[in-house]
Amino acid sequence: MYREIFNITLLQNTIRTATPLILAALGGLLTSHTGILNIGMEGMILLGAFFGVAGSYFFESYLMGILFAVTSGIIIGIVFALFVIKLKSDEFIVGIAINMFAGGLTMFLLRSIFGVKGAFSSPRIQPLPDINIAFIDKIPILNVLLNNHSLFVYISWILVIAIYIFLYKTPYGLWFRAAGEFPEALDTVGISSDKIKFASSILCGILCGFAGVHLSLGYLTLFTENMSANRGFIALAAIIFGSANPLMTYVAALIFGFFDALGIRLQGVGIPSQFTQMFPYIVTVLVLIAVVKRERDKKALQAKAGRIDKSQSQAAGNLTR
Amino acid sequence: MQESIIKLVGISKVFPGVVANDNINLEIRRGEIHAIVGENGAGKSTLMKIIYGLYQPTAGEIYINGRLMNVANPQIAIKNGIGMVHQHFMLVPSFTAAENVVLGSEPRKNTVFMDFEEAVIITKALSEKYGLYVDPYQKVEDLSVGIQQRIEILKVLYRGADILILDEPTAVLTPQETQELFAIMRRLVKDMGKTIIIITHKLQEVLEVSHRVSVMRRGKLVGTMDTKDATEQILAEMMVGKEVVFDKFHANQNKGKTLMEVKNLVVRDNRGFIAVDGISFSVAAGEILGVAGVEGNGQTELVEALTGLRKVEEGSILVNGKDMANRSPSEFRKMGISHIPEDRLKTGLAPEASVNENLLMGYQHKKPYESFGMKLNKKAIYQKTAQLIKQFDIRTPSGQTKVKSLSGGNMQKLVVAREFSFNSPILIISQPTRGLDIGAIEFIHRQIIEMRDAGRAILLISADLDEIFRLSDRIVTIYEGKLTGEFMTADVTKQAIGLYMTGKNLSTAG
Repeated sequence: MYREIFNITLLQNTIRTATPLILAALGGLLTSHTGILNIGMEGMILLGAFFGVAGSYFFESYLMGILFAVTSGIIIGIVFALFVIKLKSDEFIVGIAINMFAGGLTMFLLRSIFGVKGAFSSPRIQPLPDINIAFIDKIPILNVLLNNHSLFVYISWILVIAIYIFLYKTPYGLWFRAAGEFPEALDTVGISSDKIKFASSILCGILCGFAGVHLSLGYLTLFTENMSANRGFIALAAIIFGSANPLMTYVAALIFGFFDALGIRLQGVGIPSQFTQMFPYIVTVLVLIAVVKRERDKKALQAKAGRIDKSQSQAAGNLTR
Repeated sequence: MQESIIKLVGISKVFPGVVANDNINLEIRRGEIHAIVGENGAGKSTLMKIIYGLYQPTAGEIYINGRLMNVANPQIAIKNGIGMVHQHFMLVPSFTAAENVVLGSEPRKNTVFMDFEEAVIITKALSEKYGLYVDPYQKVEDLSVGIQQRIEILKVLYRGADILILDEPTAVLTPQETQELFAIMRRLVKDMGKTIIIITHKLQEVLEVSHRVSVMRRGKLVGTMDTKDATEQILAEMMVGKEVVFDKFHANQNKGKTLMEVKNLVVRDNRGFIAVDGISFSVAAGEILGVAGVEGNGQTELVEALTGLRKVEEGSILVNGKDMANRSPSEFRKMGISHIPEDRLKTGLAPEASVNENLLMGYQHKKPYESFGMKLNKKAIYQKTAQLIKQFDIRTPSGQTKVKSLSGGNMQKLVVAREFSFNSPILIISQPTRGLDIGAIEFIHRQIIEMRDAGRAILLISADLDEIFRLSDRIVTIYEGKLTGEFMTADVTKQAIGLYMTGKNLSTAG
């Protein structure tokens, strides 16, 4: 039994299940660098999943599916930014509103467009292609692990590296990080921190659209109500765990993905699914406890070194008034 | 040296209800260090923000290098060679010195990548050229305030500034760091041909570092003179003015017994430096003791220590013979000390809560406003708050209105109403009329005098010398955490106080 569960396929599944998490998390970490906590990723993924299926169904093309999902991501990213940055609403509440809106809208459209409840699948829906890398075919373990994954698995790997370079090796990354940490510093040198925040929100929408379309056209080939299944929140946990560093966040996503995959496999050996489904969430809670403890220790250390300068933060507050 | 680089003609700036700058004509010459001095609220910072494009003037013209300019935003100012070193640094704490210097105008390689090595080289070159030594690799959060200021100056120089505006640059510096800054300023002007405008209210510094000095008072430019013709005496007179705007209240003759006695008090500020350095004084019933001083000389820390908000390092605070040092704020309140804090929005009020709720704070546990240890009695509360709103003339649409939507004057009246209604024998009142219009000032002053005549012991801390003179029976001056003098108000002139509060006669203080 042990052999049946812990084998190379488990790792392969881990990569599959981690992919929607890291795609969404990459978007969320961009907004978190510009100082916005995006709770709305959950809804953004769900919209991406629905419109991905819709695009693929109507045009019988997975490329149109991706285009639809990305467009929905851009629009919802703009809506989020308008409320949070322009109208200065509470980002937490706007995020929750987006989640509720996405749940309701997809349910409504599912019934009014496709005339079904719960789930929609059709042979017309074109799935995302699996990618075969010829030269890995011959390498035994790597072939199972790295080859023949769905398109967005490879895109996610490229994006992890690209976003890492963007954040830490380009001037724009510097602006993103400055916009979150001390926006006045950016504004006084003539770069609008609000524009940077706006850009990060839209990028987050696009990446959540990727995550959604991967779920509905790559991972599966159908849409079900609430199929994002709290992945937006687990992505948020991965960002926090990975300190918003793309590489570390991917490691975190793999850990969550591992327990997700493990849960699915344990069902196969007769452990009740109600129990195994709790796995990723229990891990999320444990991880967040560890992160909070780490942060608290860090703060305690800083306080000891006398580095938390009350007057500095007050100064920042005065300027924003 | 005589050529003008910036010329302001008839600049006025009106904010709703306040004239911050009133018809100002000022000429800055190329290659000079020009000091602008004045009390808090004299309009110095507003004027500088107009030059830097952060504010638009209501009227008037700005000439830069002889050309009429519309400085609509800081980018235009930067393009024209004007750089501003803000009082509160605009640095990203987790970035290195080099990253902060180049932020917004980064050197690049292959057009999209940031060239970190080049940023370091630029920073090193600039810091050597101008003698502003910083380690380009160090993170800003690990650096002292003095070094952070150097980075801020480097940032401005990197953008090609010829005219540097320094907004109260010495306020956050230690004396050694101040001397280093002055050396840098002299070098920038003498060797590099830069022009510097420095805003300050420390007269000794003006005399030490500047070529010319302009004095502002209540939004007007009182005068400009060569520093060699100026003395502290002359500047202090120009700063505080000769005329008395308000009538003085008659002094109280019925001084009672001493209610609060402070002995050798030592308190540290947030950075861990000594802010209150061995202060002793006492306040008696029926007396107002005024603490005169330029802001940032330990007043904030003193008040916080006297109300239980800040740790006392040494010394004692005797209230009715009981030492209250390091007791909690609620214990201070129980001992009968009320506090009107200097910042009404941050510490005096809960801006999101209603007028009624703010008036109730501190009473919520008391009968008849509460019963059974948990239930608030609306009827009793509304009676009380309605009476206070009427008595203190708080202009609000209703008791349910959120405090943040009131005007500054009405907010302050609310704080005064609440604190005075406790009937505490001791009142600690900090900056009671800052930013208020004349009507509200007059009202609050009368309330304070009424409290005094009712036998309260009042400690009044204010940066407004007119206010100190109008209300106090006795005045002490504070400078760099020490009391530099003590006077009966009747026996002293404003000019003399002005000198003591800027650090003169430290040794001969009585």
